[in-house]
This record gives sequence, C-alpha cells and structure tokens, in this order.
Amino acid sequence: MSDLTLSTAQATPLPPAVTRPAGSRWSWALLIDIAVFLFVCAAIFGVYAIGRSWLGPVHPHVEISQNPGVLPLYALFSLVRISVAYVLSLVFALAYGYVAASSRRAEIIMVPLLDILQSIPVLSFLPGVMLAMVAIFPHSQLGVELGSILLIFTGQVWNMAFSFYSSLKTIPRELHEVAIIYRFSRWQRFAELDLPFSTIGLVWNSMMSVAGGWFFLMACEMFVLGNRDFRLPGLGSFLQTAASHGHTSAILWGLAAMIAVIVLLDQVVWRPIIVWADKFKFEQVESSGAAQSTLLQLIGRASIVLRLYRLILQPVFHWLTLTFTLGARRAAETFSAPKQNLVRRWIGYLLAAGVLVGLGFAVFHAVRELSDLHREDYDELLESAALSFLRVNTALILGALWTIPAGVAIGSNPRLARIAQPLVQMAASIPATALFPIILLFLLGLRGGLEIAAMLLMLLGTQWYILFNVIAGAMAIPTDLKEAAQIYRFRSWDRWRHLILPAIFPYLLTGMVTASGGAWNASIVAEYFHFQGRIVSTAGLGSTISSASDSGRFDVLLASTLIMATVVVLINRLLWRRLYRLASSRFKLET
Amino acid sequence: MSTANIAPAPTPIIEARQLEKSYAQPDGSRIQVIAPSDLAIYPGQVMALLGPSGCGKSTLLRMLTGLSPASAGSVYWHGHPVRDESPNVAIVFQSFALFPWLTVLENVEAPLEARGMLPIERRKRSLRIIDAVGLDGFETAYPKELSGGMKQRVGVARALVVEPEVLFMDEPFSALDVLTAETLRGELLELWLGHKIPTRAIFIVTHNIEEAVVLADRIIVLGRHPAHIHADFKVDIPHPRDRQGAHFLELVDSIYRILTQPAHQHDTAPSRTFGPGMPARPKTIMLPHTRPGGMAGLLEILADRGGRVDLHRLADELSLEVDALLPTVDTAVLLGMLRVEEGDAVITPEGQAFAQADIQARKAIFRKAALANVPLLRQMEQALKAKSNRTLSEEFFRDLLDEHFGEEESRRQLETAIQWGRYAEIFDYDAATGKLTLTEA
Repeated sequence: MSDLTLSTAQATPLPPAVTRPAGSRWSWALLIDIAVFLFVCAAIFGVYAIGRSWLGPVHPHVEISQNPGVLPLYALFSLVRISVAYVLSLVFALAYGYVAASSRRAEIIMVPLLDILQSIPVLSFLPGVMLAMVAIFPHSQLGVELGSILLIFTGQVWNMAFSFYSSLKTIPRELHEVAIIYRFSRWQRFAELDLPFSTIGLVWNSMMSVAGGWFFLMACEMFVLGNRDFRLPGLGSFLQTAASHGHTSAILWGLAAMIAVIVLLDQVVWRPIIVWADKFKFEQVESSGAAQSTLLQLIGRASIVLRLYRLILQPVFHWLTLTFTLGARRAAETFSAPKQNLVRRWIGYLLAAGVLVGLGFAVFHAVRELSDLHREDYDELLESAALSFLRVNTALILGALWTIPAGVAIGSNPRLARIAQPLVQMAASIPATALFPIILLFLLGLRGGLEIAAMLLMLLGTQWYILFNVIAGAMAIPTDLKEAAQIYRFRSWDRWRHLILPAIFPYLLTGMVTASGGAWNASIVAEYFHFQGRIVSTAGLGSTISSASDSGRFDVLLASTLIMATVVVLINRLLWRRLYRLASSRFKLET
Repeated sequence: MSTANIAPAPTPIIEARQLEKSYAQPDGSRIQVIAPSDLAIYPGQVMALLGPSGCGKSTLLRMLTGLSPASAGSVYWHGHPVRDESPNVAIVFQSFALFPWLTVLENVEAPLEARGMLPIERRKRSLRIIDAVGLDGFETAYPKELSGGMKQRVGVARALVVEPEVLFMDEPFSALDVLTAETLRGELLELWLGHKIPTRAIFIVTHNIEEAVVLADRIIVLGRHPAHIHADFKVDIPHPRDRQGAHFLELVDSIYRILTQPAHQHDTAPSRTFGPGMPARPKTIMLPHTRPGGMAGLLEILADRGGRVDLHRLADELSLEVDALLPTVDTAVLLGMLRVEEGDAVITPEGQAFAQADIQARKAIFRKAALANVPLLRQMEQALKAKSNRTLSEEFFRDLLDEHFGEEESRRQLETAIQWGRYAEIFDYDAATGKLTLTEA
C-alpha cells in the first residue's frame, strides 16, 4: 500500500527544473513561455470559433431514468466513456512524450506547452468541444458522446504525457548506449527500452488520470449550453438528475453504484497492473515489500491466458521486431541520407509556416473578440478572479490544516497506516462531483450555504493529494532523526519545527501544487450549479465561466478562461516553482 | 610515446589518428578534455587503458566505438572511417546496463533480435553463450535476482553473443567485490586464452593497476588535464601471472611511479584555444577534489611510519585503489606537506608539524600553506579584503573560474576551494545565499 503514496509524490504536476533545456537563460525561457502561451490562446479560440460557427439545429432528447434498475447499464456507459478517453490519452501521451524527448527543437516548445495546457481549466473547453462535436454529427448522440470523451481526455492526458517524457529523459546513458552499440531498431528501442522504463510512472499517472476522469465525467454528462440541453445516460447524469429532483433514495443508489464501480476497477484493473508493473522497476536489488494481487496470480496460473499470449501476442511482437529491423535496413539502403534530410526539412518548414499563419489568424480574431468586451466587463472579471483566488486558497489552507496533523499521525504509526491508508484511498477515489449534489442538499438551506458548499467541493476534490503526500513524507522521516529528537528531549513544538515540518516539506509541496490546480478546476463546478430546477451560484471566476457557457457568451467565456489559465500559470511560476527549488536544495533528506 | 615500438605490427583493427575531444564553452572558446592522441588496437591483444577516474578514459572508449563523435581526428576501422562502417563491437559496462524487465535469456537475445535473426537461431546461439559464461540454469531469471558477479556474466554473454571483433570493457569489474572481480577476471582470461570466443581483441578500461597487469598484453597509461597518452608498454609476463612474482611487482611499482611522479607538470588547467585576437590567459592550478580531513589522515599515517611509505603498498594495505589515494596525495604535495620520490611518499617538515598539531594549530598551518601555495585561495582572500563589507557572492568567483575550466569543473573547483577556505578559516560561506564573507581574525 505504501507504494501508492510514494508514487503520488513522484507524480509532480510541475515539470521540475531539470527538464528545462540546459543552459537556457531566464529571458529566453520567458520568451518561449510567452510564445507558447499565445499559441494556446489561439488554439482555445479556434475551438470556440469552430463550435460557434457549427452551431447546428437537431438534437435528440434523452430522458435520464431514475430507476435503480438502469444503474448497471448507466455505469457501463460511463465506464466506456472513461475507457475510450483513457486509451486516447495513452496513445496521445506516448506520442507527445516521445516526440518531445527525442527532438531538441520540439522539446523547447512542447515542455512549457504541457505546463500551460495542464493549467487550463478543462471544463471551459466544454462548450467549444461540445458544439463542435454536435455540429460534426448533428443527427446522432455520437457528437455529444465524442464531446464528453474529448473533455475527459483533456482532463487526463497532460500528466501522462509529462510522465512519459520525463521517464524518457531519465533513462540511464548506458542503456541508451546498449541500444546503439547493439543496433536496436527504433521499434525495438521503444518496445524493449523506452516503454518498459516508463511503465511504472505511466501506471501511477494513469490511476491519477482515471480518478480525475471520473471527476469530469460527472460534470460533462449533463449540462446546459445556451438554450440547448445536453444529456448522456450515465452515472453522472443519474446523480445530477436525482439531486435536482431531490430524490434521496436515487442519490444513494447512484452513489452506491459509483463506489461499486470504483472498487471493482481498483481490484480488477489497478491492483493487478501495479503488481505486474513491479517487474519494470529499475533497480539492482529485489525490494522486500512487493505488492500482491490474487487476481494476477490467478491470471498467471490460468493456462488459457498464457496460451493466448504465446499464440497471439508473442508472434505479433516478433513479427514487428523483424519487420522493423529489415525495414530500417532497407530504408537505409534505398534512401541516401542527404535527400531524405532535404525532404524532411521542407516538410518541417511547410508545417512551421502553416502553424504560424494559423497562429497569427487566431490571435488576430481572439484579440478582436476580446476587444468587444467593455472595460466594466474586465473589472468584473478581475473581481471575480480575486474572489475565486480567495476561495481556492482558503480551501487549500483548510485542507493543509487538517491533513498535516492527520497525515503525520498516520505516517508515523505503521499500525494506524495499515488501517487508514486503504480507507483514505477509497475516500479519495470517489469523485467529489458525485458527492456535490448531496452536499448541496444539506447546505443550501443555511445562510452562505453555497459558499460553504463551494469550498467543501474544492476541499473534497483536492485534500487527498495533500494527505497522500504528507503520509508519504512522514513515513520517509529516518528513524535516527526521530530518535535524536527524542533523546535530546525536543518539546512538541520543537519537534514539529525542526524535524517534521522540514522533513515533509517537499512532499507537502507536491501535494499542494496538485491540489491548487485541482481546486481552480473545481471552482467551475463548485461556484455554479443547476439544482432542483434552478441555478445556484456565487460570484467567482468559475461561476463566470459556467454562466458564460450556459448563456453562450463566448467573449466572456474566452476572456475568463484565459484569465484563469494565466492566474494558474503565474501562481505556478511565481510561487510553486520557487518553493520547489527551495525544497530540493534545502529540505532534501540525503543519506 | 608512439606505438612504433610494438614490434611485429600487423594491420590494426581499429586505429585512431590525432583523436581529440573538446567541448564548446558559451563564450566560444573550447575546453580540451582529450589531447590529440594516436592509438591502435591490434588483433590478438588484450589492451588496457589505465588512468585515474575522471581523466577521460571512458570518453576515449566511446570515441573508439563510434558512440561519441570525435572533435577532431578520426577513427579507422580496418582502414575505413568508423562513421561509414558500423563496426562489430560490443561493450561491457561498469554498471552492467542490463534491462531489468528482460530475463537473462532475453537480455542476451536482444542484440541478435536487432540483427534480424530468427527466433530459433538466436535462442540456440544465446543458450550456447550463456552456458559458456557459467549462467546455465539462470536463463529465465531476471537481473534483480542475480548477484553482481552473475549480472556482469550476463553483460559479458550479451557482448559475446554478437561475436564482436573487438570486445570493449568499461571498468567491467569495478562494481564488484574483490573476490568476485578476481573470479571474473580468471574466467575472462580462460575464454580468451583458450580461444573459446571468436573475439580478436579486447580493450579494457580500468583504474586498477593490478587488474591491468594481470590481464593485458599492452598497457596504455593516460595522463590528465587534458587526457593524453602518457606511457605505452608491453607486458611480457607469461600467463598465468603470479601476483607475487618479482617481475609482476616491479611492473606494478613502476606504473605507480608513472602515475604519481610527474603528475604536476600536467596539473594545470587544460589548455584552451581561443579565437584570433584573444589573449592567452595564465594557467591556473587545478585543485584535487579532496577534503582537508583526508589529507590529515594520510599525513598521520606517514608520520606514524617514520615519514616515508611506498604508495603502492600503502594503497594495498588500506584496500584503496589509486583513484582514492592519488587526489589526497596530490593535495598534500600541492600544500607542500609531502613529496613523492620514486613511488614513495615522503613527509616534509610542514607535514610533520601538521600531523602532530592539535585541531586549532592544524588550521593555522593549513591556512598558511593554502595561502602560500593555492593562488585561487589567495585571490579569493584579496578580493574579499577589497570589499568594504568583506562579502562577495560565489557567482563572482565562479565567473573567474569559468575562464579556465568547463562549467562542471569550475563548479567543482569552487566547491573544493570553499571547502578548504572554510577549514582554513579564510572565509565563511552561507550555502543558502551563496555568499562568502571574510573571517575576521
């Protein structure tokens, strides 16, 4: 179990300083950042523009049933959506990471781009993506389905891409040299070196991504866009409908189904995969506390699985290896190197030119769109940004305040850890958006109820990251340091000040960074909600984004999305990255 | 020395002519890490490349195999430039470099797979080699289940399975314990001398003098800063070689002498070539990367033993390799506390005084010696004195050093200088702010 906490700690959402191109100076990095950021603005605008211009007429009306009997079917629908989105994410992440890690020139742009893409609130893509998809498939549900899949995709792909990229960058030099000196083909290098080396990181990030996927799925199975009402049968829409009608029993049924699916996934998919991934650990000695999975043992023993593997997968693998080897050789014989380079270079130029033209066009139109907004609109936007900022950080601080003592208590007591960790994992894997309707049900009657509920949703969505990491940090405090604190009779406060807080600082930071990004994203759902047939909202950037997409105000949507992305990137650059540097230079426990 | 004295010279398999490596600096100048060198690998020979760590041995090996491009000069493979050919070579790595997710058999098969060999054929060949290196029965084991020695056997099997014409070994036994290393050396010799492998030459990089003398037919000693071929001689002792034999010991001792004695005429900053119009800069002394405590220990031992000790024997007794001992010796020599004569270390009166002093007195002696003999520390003291607040940022000194060393090396030089200066109480250093402050007397 300890594996999970440690690995969430490794899955840093911010690229560590190492990944910046070596030798780059501040100004250069800043220029790249700005360029990349402009590019992203343009791309966002592109999505909106397409969505709006394709605003088509027909859409089928789907009634979301409230009968618990439909839950298995609905759960299946949701599961399929998540799975398709995950497969897409994996393929994209592999391609993105591979290109970024193998080309110096691509790397300069692609790594900061990832950083920024991570900071864009996924849900503000929703209107553009949905409208575009519906426009492409006007006569079927396919459009809406694809739209929700794409949204889930944008929520899970970035950290996976980053994980693959940074794994590739940390492959030891000798292993690369083995591949060169023994003339591995590209395919063989990918299959026998790149992919296995990155497997563990990919597995942990996949788990995080899928958990995030559930969060967004809840939000994007059912929503209103302008005068149009999109619905997809699934667990999320079931819960939302139940909440808006106030059906307590339906809510409970929905939650139970949700938890059942998540537990099932954990046991049937993730546990076996984690155990299997253990063989990709890059270590010289066998570690003692290896994870176990009964299911994997069963699969391992089941001869049919083995036979299928030998009959189908192995020959395919061999065939691929052989084909690529021979293919590479034939290519080397037929093409003379310089000619190929020339063709490639021209293709590169053409692509670059195309991208530049598109960029210029999009930036031009985005600026025109944004200039339509009045001064007062911007004042209002900034004001709501400030409100959300306060809310997000209050939630973060509240989260840290309870998770630090709790995490340290769990982490420094192995017996407690054994009981608490699975519970915490369970709690963490229930998407906060699924719980939100229930929370609203209880809190809306109170004064400032939505305010409390909004912060509670942010907390629910993010506190687990902090807790996981604090537990990992507390478990990593060396025993001799604890003994030293005891022998010199540190008082409680001194122990916290001199030992515990510094020791967990790097871990806490990792948790807080992830939590901060998550809280901003959650603000879109938390500050604005369709509930019991009406709209409940509190002022903030998230609710501005939500209401803009509800009412189809694309200019406001564009402006507010850009502001949120900017705020998140700025916080990352100005605060978290600096703290990271401090953590890695001063608070690293070295042996 | 040239290779001309290797008498019956058939055509070499690999030949390097004026091979050179240098790295570009941000300011446009270049730092040379390997001076232009000629080198040839002949069939039927085990050749050892010997030198202290960090001197460029591995870089040289990588240029010879074509892994790393040369900055100037070229490598010929049977007379053709290595870039055009893809030479059939194999490397055995110090870190084993096995794929942990592949079994022993799969690890050995991987290079054959890359050559497009069919599964049945490559399995047959791999099993034969696995058997030959004594790994029979471990085919389905994963590397993490194996001991270090077994892992390196896999490394050797993977190298031999491609039947390389030249087998390159990069410190292959350094990561193993003494006994295992000895066993593996014996097994390698057995394969080689018994002609059980089709390999025509072995090129082994090592910092272990005895290992070189046990294995090699020819030893090349590299000097430092920049790396250059310092000595090149044949080893005529018949196999099996007796480590206690007079001839063996004499040879080991003479290599020790070569490695220790004339070191200082080369211990200056690497020469740099500047663009036209740039003035040549003065050479700076390069600090060995040691801590004062290590030197104190060495001097105490010397004082204990009457002031004179044979370095080879001392290293042997302390179970140290040249690598670990030489920088400490260099430090003591630089500070005038030690002389090296014919492979013996001789303590000077200053050294004697230092060894017998208490902690505070030692610092005073060290301070005097450091300011007298280390220009960098003297410079640093003067620069700090010149400032009214007696404080300077380490960046300032880094920039000074950058003119003489590569980025990495100047960082290490400064680190060492700070280490020494703090010990000598010349200045204080605050790691958090990177500020150096003159210590007030």
